Amino acid sequence: MIPFSYNKAKSEPDAIARGADTAARFLGAGTNLVDLMREGIESPTVLVDVTDLSNRIEETDDGGLMIGAAASNTALAENAAVRERYPAVSRSILSGASAQIRNMATVGGNILQRTRCTYFYDVEGARCNKRQPGEGCDAIDGFNRGHGVLGVSPACIATHPSDMCVALAAFDATVHLAGADGRRVLPLTDIHRLPGDTPHVETVLTPGELITAIELPAPPVDARSTYRKVRDRASYAFALISVAAVLRLNDGRIADARIALGGVAPKPWRAREAEATLVGAAPDDAAFARAADIALSGAATRPGNAFKPELARRTIVAVLHDLAGASR
Amino acid sequence: MAITINGRAYDAPKDVRVSLLDLLRDTLDRPGTKKGCNQGACGACTVLVDGERILSCLALAVQYEGRSVTTIEGLADDDDLHPLQSLFVEHDGFQCGYCTPGQIMSAVALREEFKRGLPSNISPDLQASPERSRAEIKERMNGNLCRCGAHNGIVDAIAAYVSEDNE
Ligand SMILES: Cc1cc2nc3c(=O)[nH]c(=O)nc-3n(C[C@H](O)[C@H](O)[C@H](O)COP(=O)(O)OP(=O)(O)OC[C@H]3O[C@@H](n4cnc5c(N)ncnc54)[C@H](O)[C@@H]3O)c2cc1C
Ligand code: SF4
Ligand code: FES
Ligand code: FES
Repeated sequence: MIPFSYNKAKSEPDAIARGADTAARFLGAGTNLVDLMREGIESPTVLVDVTDLSNRIEETDDGGLMIGAAASNTALAENAAVRERYPAVSRSILSGASAQIRNMATVGGNILQRTRCTYFYDVEGARCNKRQPGEGCDAIDGFNRGHGVLGVSPACIATHPSDMCVALAAFDATVHLAGADGRRVLPLTDIHRLPGDTPHVETVLTPGELITAIELPAPPVDARSTYRKVRDRASYAFALISVAAVLRLNDGRIADARIALGGVAPKPWRAREAEATLVGAAPDDAAFARAADIALSGAATRPGNAFKPELARRTIVAVLHDLAGASR
Repeated sequence: MAITINGRAYDAPKDVRVSLLDLLRDTLDRPGTKKGCNQGACGACTVLVDGERILSCLALAVQYEGRSVTTIEGLADDDDLHPLQSLFVEHDGFQCGYCTPGQIMSAVALREEFKRGLPSNISPDLQASPERSRAEIKERMNGNLCRCGAHNGIVDAIAAYVSEDNE
């Protein structure tokens, strides 16, 4: 690891002032960034530790939750209001990593964690456009079982690996940002960019912009939600496919449906067109299958991940089927 | 500010690149905490920080200034083994022993997580008090790998340890 300076930010303004240094990076728990620095993939020379900033999880006036970016993944999964009203969020977090990592990892760091593409990590042995723009992508014709099928480009087919973000996306979470130019609030699904020709540019954040909080709007009344993760082993693995869904029925018809997908795209992926076709429909498997087809209609596969669209379709149908049948 | 390790205060390293694991093993000569993968995958380096289990390999030591760290060396009461250490002996919870400090530190924290009602990925009801079943123990110990395959003994020892709260 190259040498760097380290400071713990005492306040948001302090963090923003220190983060304005072009060589600076914010440090959450470091479970991703420290690893990347050790591998030589990231090399900031100024680390601004933001874990002493707000980690509070508080009710908002309109019935939602405001979550300080320094809240640990465990704290969010364990929060009583989250378990009761946003169960898919608890489940998504609990399905990821290990207890030790969830205890350390912050909500802010989880959102900005980088891909687990093995070629991205293989500094010595592989070409990667994300690491070295213009160099080429060894995943395209390589081992791409875990790679993406939606929103990917010929330059990069990596996925965003977070489970938590998929569930947050299904609940329309927003991200509160603060930087030298002021504050703004963006939908979580607008934070990550699609790779296009520039897979090294991963988010819309400006340099030095800090995530201060994540806001969950009030969940739809009487909605049911869950998260299902399909992977190569039953525990402690990243998702091949994951689905977070929120479903609300009214008089035997679907009143509201939200579907977010993980393991398929460079960002937490909302299947909005699929959702729209469900509203007003009877909650049966035929309707769910039609929606699933629409959700995966733009899929572009490689030999290694050609199974993903069908696995995603089946997982969507299974999750919606369970939610429609689940007793409240 | 200092880092408290097993009740004693130590200065944070001058070189901020030093991980908590390397501080423990190399600087302070406390080799009980093991280095397996050094990238967050194996759990051999598990320690407690203010009672919570974390991975010392993924942490820079400086991040833990002002916090209180407990390692395997801080668990026994002089010559008296910690109850979970005794249970690992009783149930053959190890073979080579390399993963054992991490397994034990992880399970000490696991018992507290059960007590406060933290659900796991396999808990059917997020709001109910979790069952202290073997399946729950396996899921919650997923971050501690054992290359020797001592898992059955490990789960037996932990099952006995966490069941003490049921009596
Ligand atoms: C073995 C292993 C298995 C894992 N398995 C899973 C899994 O199954 N599912 C899953 O979802 N994740 C998994 N993870 C990833 C884990 O969830 C992330 O490493 C973690 O969430 C990152 O959080 P952090 O606080 O440590 O972030 P850091 O590593 O500290 O930071 C990550 C990035 O976020 C930036 N950052 C942090 N906080 C802020 C902020 N407030 N504002 C702006 N930028 C910020 C940093 O600059 C950095 O770029 C796994 C990790 C490991 C090591
Ligand atoms: S898929 Fe993306 S991250 Fe992986 S090697 Fe190709 S360019 Fe790099
Ligand atoms: S050495 Fe820390 S997890 Fe393997
Ligand atoms: S006892 Fe040898 S690795 Fe677990």
